[in-house]
Amino acid sequence: MTLTISLNDRVALVTGASRGIGSAVADMLGGLGATVIGTATSESGAEKISARFAEKGIKGSGAVLDVTSVESLSGVLEFAKKEFGAPVILVNNAGITKDNLLMRMKDEEWEAVIDTNLTAVYRLSKACLRDMTKARWGRIINISSVVGSMGNPGQSNYAASKAGVAGFARSLAAEVGSRGITVNTVAPGFIDTDMTKVLPEGQREALLSRIPLGRLGQPEEIASVVAFLASDAGGYVSGETIHVNGGMYMA
Amino acid sequence: MSSIEERVKKIVAEQLGVKEEDVKPEASFVEDLGADSLDTVELVMALEEEFETEIPDEEAEKITTVQLAIDYIKENLG
Repeated sequence: MTLTISLNDRVALVTGASRGIGSAVADMLGGLGATVIGTATSESGAEKISARFAEKGIKGSGAVLDVTSVESLSGVLEFAKKEFGAPVILVNNAGITKDNLLMRMKDEEWEAVIDTNLTAVYRLSKACLRDMTKARWGRIINISSVVGSMGNPGQSNYAASKAGVAGFARSLAAEVGSRGITVNTVAPGFIDTDMTKVLPEGQREALLSRIPLGRLGQPEEIASVVAFLASDAGGYVSGETIHVNGGMYMA
Repeated sequence: MSSIEERVKKIVAEQLGVKEEDVKPEASFVEDLGADSLDTVELVMALEEEFETEIPDEEAEKITTVQLAIDYIKENLG
């Protein structure tokens, strides 16, 4: 048996694809032959994604999506179906942080993080499932975080949203497995992106000392795990959370 | 053009993987035709597409037999 990963003729929807992990995921899926709709929150972000795809010879396009809006989501899916076909690979990557100690946390900070990181996963999965069940093939891959498993002070909202995503994935995996659809979660540790660049130097050093591999991960090292799960090679993995963190947290 | 009855029966047979002759009007999707809860959701989706309509969830839940499906389509598309 040889390992080949091809995503030819598959249409993928990747949220938050303008930078960081989402960008690496979109490019890798596209490089493996998938047609990719990569979403960003702004028009300029979407245009950059389209330009990047064109430069790399990736089929697909950027699109503007506010994952907290049902109307915005319907618009993007309509566009995707018309131009490329219904997405059968959904990568829920878009996420935000609004860190605060719980005793200082504002309701808006809690709600914004839950809405974007957790409720949006519900919304997008529901919207894409119809076509996946018809196709009798589908992949839903959520990008969560090691913080959802190990916790982190100041991130109770973020950790709750990410742990929620993993539980959601397990339940949905049980619901739709009979239709050839797998649902998984990839939990990155500390990856070299804009989200972790804002960490103060001291905190960064402290983190590195806890990572056996002694370095931050690269976005491509998350993307390759997503690509495996998206492919037929990963077809028997479902309901699982895969930790990719350089050994920082071993579940 | 086939009748509504024939079109509904054909879809039920296709979706649930049963023979058309077993799709009797009184047949219950779950009890007689072996559908699970996800099958019934997909069946409603297929009916929506065939008849180019949207069946609200609260109505969809009441469609539990072949005859109820036929009645619903007739009432709402007649």
